[in-house]
Amino acid sequence: MSKKLIFEMSSVGRTGYRFPDLDVPDLPLKDQVNSSLLRESIPVLPEVSEVDIIRHYNGLSKRNFGLDSGFYPLGSCTMKYNPKINEDVGSLPGFTNIHPLQSEDSVQGFLELIFETTKSLSEITGMKWGTLQPFAGAHGEFTGMKLFKAYFKKRDELHRTKVLVPTSAHGTNPASATIAGFHIEEIQADERGLVSVESLKNQLTDDVAGIMLTNPSTLGLFEKDIIEIAGLVHEAGGLLYYDGANMNAIMGKVRPGDMGFDVIHLNLHKTFSTPHGGGGPGAGPVLVSERLVDFLPVPDVKKDGENYFLDYNKADSIGRVSGFYGNMAVLVKAYAYIITMGSDGLKKASEYAVLNANYLKEKLKGTFHLYYDTTCMHEFVLSAKKMKEELGISALDIAKGLLDYGVHPPTIYFPSIVPEAMMIEPTETESKETLDYFVKTMLEIYQKAKDNPEELHEAPRNTPVRRVDEVMAVKQPILKWHAE
Amino acid sequence: MNIPGDLKYTEGHEWVRVEGNVAYVGISDHAQHELGDIVYVELPEIDTEIDAKEEATNIESVKAAAPVYSPVSGKIVEVNEDLEDSSELINSDAYGSYIFAVEMSDKSELDSLMDADAYKEFLEKE
Repeated sequence: MSKKLIFEMSSVGRTGYRFPDLDVPDLPLKDQVNSSLLRESIPVLPEVSEVDIIRHYNGLSKRNFGLDSGFYPLGSCTMKYNPKINEDVGSLPGFTNIHPLQSEDSVQGFLELIFETTKSLSEITGMKWGTLQPFAGAHGEFTGMKLFKAYFKKRDELHRTKVLVPTSAHGTNPASATIAGFHIEEIQADERGLVSVESLKNQLTDDVAGIMLTNPSTLGLFEKDIIEIAGLVHEAGGLLYYDGANMNAIMGKVRPGDMGFDVIHLNLHKTFSTPHGGGGPGAGPVLVSERLVDFLPVPDVKKDGENYFLDYNKADSIGRVSGFYGNMAVLVKAYAYIITMGSDGLKKASEYAVLNANYLKEKLKGTFHLYYDTTCMHEFVLSAKKMKEELGISALDIAKGLLDYGVHPPTIYFPSIVPEAMMIEPTETESKETLDYFVKTMLEIYQKAKDNPEELHEAPRNTPVRRVDEVMAVKQPILKWHAE
Repeated sequence: MNIPGDLKYTEGHEWVRVEGNVAYVGISDHAQHELGDIVYVELPEIDTEIDAKEEATNIESVKAAAPVYSPVSGKIVEVNEDLEDSSELINSDAYGSYIFAVEMSDKSELDSLMDADAYKEFLEKE
């Protein structure tokens, strides 16, 4: 396969088109357009034939690795398979050909979809109502923290500025709370890897605005004391934020609303199976408990008899959080997923996600160090600390080694409370054969670490790009082609 | 494990070298080893007032971003500008590469830090 950039394949004057002869006068451009708007030199764009451009894009797609190419157990990021029917539904012209400024009566179907999706997500999470506007998880978190702010403003309690975040939290949690004007205090994990209720009690001072939790946590562990934690936080006058990144482990089993949470964001591109790659487009709907409904963003979609309409009439609303109504095509795909799966299907998806993770955990824990040795939820964390000390093979070497077997590596070095962490999340759709192949591969890599560690230091050998210099990739990345 | 005897240490793996009233702060050899190749050191601003245990700055490695806490209270009076272009100096010489220096407002805070033996013991337990 040619590794030439399309710019390097270019030859001046080569084209993939032929225009018909000009049938209008040929006037110089500079006479038609103000010279201040014209380029002084011709831009350097690749000039290639049609077949070359096809090979270029086809080559790029083959060098890509996605869920449609192989196993992708990326912990925390939840790379689930996206059923293709979602794409079919998302491509219906009734959805793709509408404009956000069309009149309400001409987009009743779309408004109904927003209304029904919000209703379904509220039911799944045990919340009162929500907004589908946020474009991604972190945007949802920011929206949620603005809701916290609005709630305390209304209650004249703006002295509540402290948000508690566990050490294992997603990095976006403290970042979102900080941007929304709160300051962060970390909660320590106890020896079980769970929130330490004892240290939490001491941190619940009268300036506490609330707590941000992921449950199950980023360690793949269910916070068993959540009811007690919720009680303590509410008693102290605070609110509870649920990071829905791991909601895929508990659908149909337990609801954040029933655990006592006041706000949740969902990552539709994770739990609800919409595409994830290339950084999006994502969707991070926010659902809230009764006490925060009045503060939700405008417009809200409401139903009056048989008609749906956009309601802007909300005095306490935090306002818009998106130009229009969010990443609409993503919402359509997520809704398609919800209704094709149904409540039983969603419950099964969570059950299989947890079962698959526990299967891998049990098969691997004899060879690799399982950091918290207990039943996991949808993901679990292994540590390569011992292997690094004894064999000189780090989590990074194992990850690179997996690439040669056609497996995407798990998440490594996160969560940071586990040294040499490898966070594995197989998701629900993988067959036992695929899981067994992964186990076999991991055991082979372990054997290689003992017999032939040099080979792992040099991995990957079979990928289009071999091991990159991570330091130079950060410090002096070459992101641009320059003409000689 | 390289733990020089003339320095003080924190549980967050910072080291402190005292020169008169000024405390020079860096991260320990153990810390640089755990972080791996360091690619960026954010330098705090000179004249910033800082409390003991307050986050002074951040270090980024190929694996993670990690906060560096000030072991003592006072005012930041110097930063190691060499690290701006050569963050890898911390990897090659953790104790020769201070990150920032604090003019101490309360020297007695040094008493609560660990000496080399205590830090060694702390690392073994961790």
